[in-house]
Amino acid sequence: MRRLDGTGGLKPGSITMTVMTMCFVVILVCPLYSLFSKAFLAADGTFVGLENYIEYFSTPSLSVSIGNTINVSVSTALISTILGFVYAYGLTRTNIKGKQFFRYTALIPLFLPTVVHGLSLVYLFGTQGVITDMGWDIELYGRTGIILSEIIYTFPQAFLMFYIAFRYTDGRLYDAAETMGCGNFKKFRYITMPSVKYTLINCLFVCFTLAFTDFGAPKVVGGSYNVLATDIYKQVAGQFDMNMGAVVGTLLLIPAIISFGIDRLTSRGADDSISSKASTLKIKKSVSRDLVFYIVCGGMSLCLFIMVGVLFMGAFTEYYPYKMGFTFEHFSFSESTGGIQSFINSIVMSLLTAVLGTIFVFVYAYLIERSKSSRVLKNIGRLLSSVPLALPGMVIGLSFIFFFNSKSNPLNFIYGTVIILVLANIVHFYSVPFVTASSALKKHDRDYENVADSMKIPAWKSFTKVIVPLSLPAILEIFLYYFMNSMVTVSAVVFLYSAQFKVASIAITHMEEAGDIAQAAAMSLLILLVNIIARGLYEIVVYKIRKKGESTNENRKSVV
Amino acid sequence: MKKKLLSVLLSVTVLASALSFTACSDKDKNGNTDEKATEGELTVYTALEDEQVSTYLEDFNKKYPDIKVNVVRESTGIITAKLIAEKDNPQADVVWGTAASSMMVLDDQGGLKGYAPEGVERILPEFKSDKDTPTWVGIDAWETAIVVNTEEAEKLNLPEIKSYDDLLDPAFKGHIVMSNPNSSGTGFLTVSAVLQLMGEDEGWEYLDKLDENIAMYTHSGSKPAKMASSGECAVGISFGYAGLSQKEDGAPVEVIFLEEGSGWDLEANALINKDEINPVAYTFLDWAISDSAMALYKENYPIITTNDVGEYEGYEGDPLEQLIENDFSWAASSRDDILKTWMEKYDAKSEAEE
Repeated sequence: MRRLDGTGGLKPGSITMTVMTMCFVVILVCPLYSLFSKAFLAADGTFVGLENYIEYFSTPSLSVSIGNTINVSVSTALISTILGFVYAYGLTRTNIKGKQFFRYTALIPLFLPTVVHGLSLVYLFGTQGVITDMGWDIELYGRTGIILSEIIYTFPQAFLMFYIAFRYTDGRLYDAAETMGCGNFKKFRYITMPSVKYTLINCLFVCFTLAFTDFGAPKVVGGSYNVLATDIYKQVAGQFDMNMGAVVGTLLLIPAIISFGIDRLTSRGADDSISSKASTLKIKKSVSRDLVFYIVCGGMSLCLFIMVGVLFMGAFTEYYPYKMGFTFEHFSFSESTGGIQSFINSIVMSLLTAVLGTIFVFVYAYLIERSKSSRVLKNIGRLLSSVPLALPGMVIGLSFIFFFNSKSNPLNFIYGTVIILVLANIVHFYSVPFVTASSALKKHDRDYENVADSMKIPAWKSFTKVIVPLSLPAILEIFLYYFMNSMVTVSAVVFLYSAQFKVASIAITHMEEAGDIAQAAAMSLLILLVNIIARGLYEIVVYKIRKKGESTNENRKSVV
Repeated sequence: MKKKLLSVLLSVTVLASALSFTACSDKDKNGNTDEKATEGELTVYTALEDEQVSTYLEDFNKKYPDIKVNVVRESTGIITAKLIAEKDNPQADVVWGTAASSMMVLDDQGGLKGYAPEGVERILPEFKSDKDTPTWVGIDAWETAIVVNTEEAEKLNLPEIKSYDDLLDPAFKGHIVMSNPNSSGTGFLTVSAVLQLMGEDEGWEYLDKLDENIAMYTHSGSKPAKMASSGECAVGISFGYAGLSQKEDGAPVEVIFLEEGSGWDLEANALINKDEINPVAYTFLDWAISDSAMALYKENYPIITTNDVGEYEGYEGDPLEQLIENDFSWAASSRDDILKTWMEKYDAKSEAEE
């Protein structure tokens, strides 16, 4: 295929691409600049060059954090990727029953704020934990706790990435291998693995970076084990040293930059797309294989269920572990935390984020993966898209304050409104949906655009009539991902919410901070409920779309 | 570009003159009640607990039904970071019940504006800023307290705690949780109290020994109290209210104040320095140190800053006696050094054990 160079500046695709890139610059690069420029300033605003960095690295206990952070992130990335891979494989390539059930179970951690994963672990493995009580003390606080909590946090993301990757596959390859007499291992090694290679590498980096920047887990179960994210907290919220905070913030960007480089290297020549002639995969019968996956997927689901189970226990117990009576009392939330209004606010904010975020992510990913706009723009787009993953919520929150609250900023009016929360969420959760969208988009046959082009059908038409319907599962996943993450997010919005617009996830943090762990568990269950309802609605929509799709397919077939 | 520069320069001069103007007129404003509005809307940043905010504001709303108060409540660290980050274009009108040590940082950066609320003379001098027109005024004090889980202590057969030295008993090894002074104000006031009580050399020696018994350092000042309450640790070094409120909720804990005295900090109010001061802000700040407000504070924090001494639940004798003579200016000026030394000694050490 011949590539078109960046000369087609007047094409609508390029214009859209340019406009969207500029939007991105405004909501990502400018705020980051306003924060990170502080890394080179002294507290009084004079330029000091690299002095802050020298100070940071010459403080041994601070630089130790870097090693610690890498340690937990690598462990998390490896374990989560393996678990996500196996679980998704079981759900797409075996004949186990209850796939729907297993799929929803895998998503449970996404339904809850990260601070709640920590609470569950404390209920299970803490000094007074249910499992510790049975005589198995894993010494939760510290490295173990962080890694466990990060695995819970990153597992659904790893699972989702593989689940989508495994579903787009060309059954003909397996049929051909079958007729050629290839064994199962060979098929796995030469067809399955290469087809998800891109996802595999991406998944490792996504999990690595999520664990690298997460603050929730280290705060609740990290004990004295210092990581970069707690260092930022110490600098910003302990010593009010924004300049040092900015220094740590820039260090957190390193994985995103590396992962961008690796992404460029691996995707060069890697073509994950499958042709429009692809047939669906027929899964062979194999009792032993299914049995293994029953055990694996079942075991993992059980762990996740126990996690929610202890929340129920916490929410309905008078005072764990000393007064074990049953009570509904913890569900009567005090008005001071925002009451029912904070719930409605959370839902409004999450819906807005989901609608706007999904449109932005998908269109942008489409332009990058499939449009004919300039290479330079595409590469800028890719780089920008990989950055948000590396940003801890706290960095996004602070940089938004510095940028949007500046008097000279014409966008100042959005400060303190729901819009700034929505923008912060879109940026904060951008990278995973982007990977989902671009892997899904890569799978579609290149010929769609080529055919449309030769038939003089405008690109937007082939986009809305072909690409969007084909990618609908991915689009809806993205929508839901944005919705659920916005329901549970704390770290970025904690700096940005205003007195008039409080959200439920913040209320949970306040309860946890006030020591009302039971109330926090109760509120988490309510958020869980909302997210399950959202998930249910999503399933109904998907089901209806599928049915419609099937019937139109049949119509088409009958016409042909 | 030149145009832009010019406009920036112009706005700076306008701003500067506006500031100096308000600064001048402010002096006549003190005590001039005409400037204080009793209706309007007000944005308050606070680090007080959620439930406290609700009860306190009930009283305010009763007195000033036409003032709508919007509250942003966060932990001390987050709210201070937010105030500092927003300093160039502040959103808050007043800060209410937030650590005096935070107020000093903000004051140094020019974030606060002096205002003497009505009745400020009732506040003891050591509990407000020492400027002629005080930039911040304390309302109550919180102090280091040892929170002991009695059930766990019994199980582990732990000795009684009365003094600082009792905490060094090897029986406590691995059972004490304390907050990290680098991320928590409570952690800092505890460390600073030890250094002030024992002198620097002896103080660090003490902390070295204490460190051997510490299971972990947390990032929040109230967390050790919560961990002790839920039995996650036997002993938490935290602050009084954190332990007492858990006890009220049914936790099997005892709150102990060490006999040598406790480190402490104030919850303080301040007026935020911005171009246009919201006239309702004065009304709020006056109310916030009024007798009725103080009476409410006292229910949660026995030590209030007016010289009003009475009976206190959970405390024996005069709780003011419990407070060490905290040298705020020493603590503020040595803060960086203390934190650095602490970090080098214990933050790095706890890593080596992993």
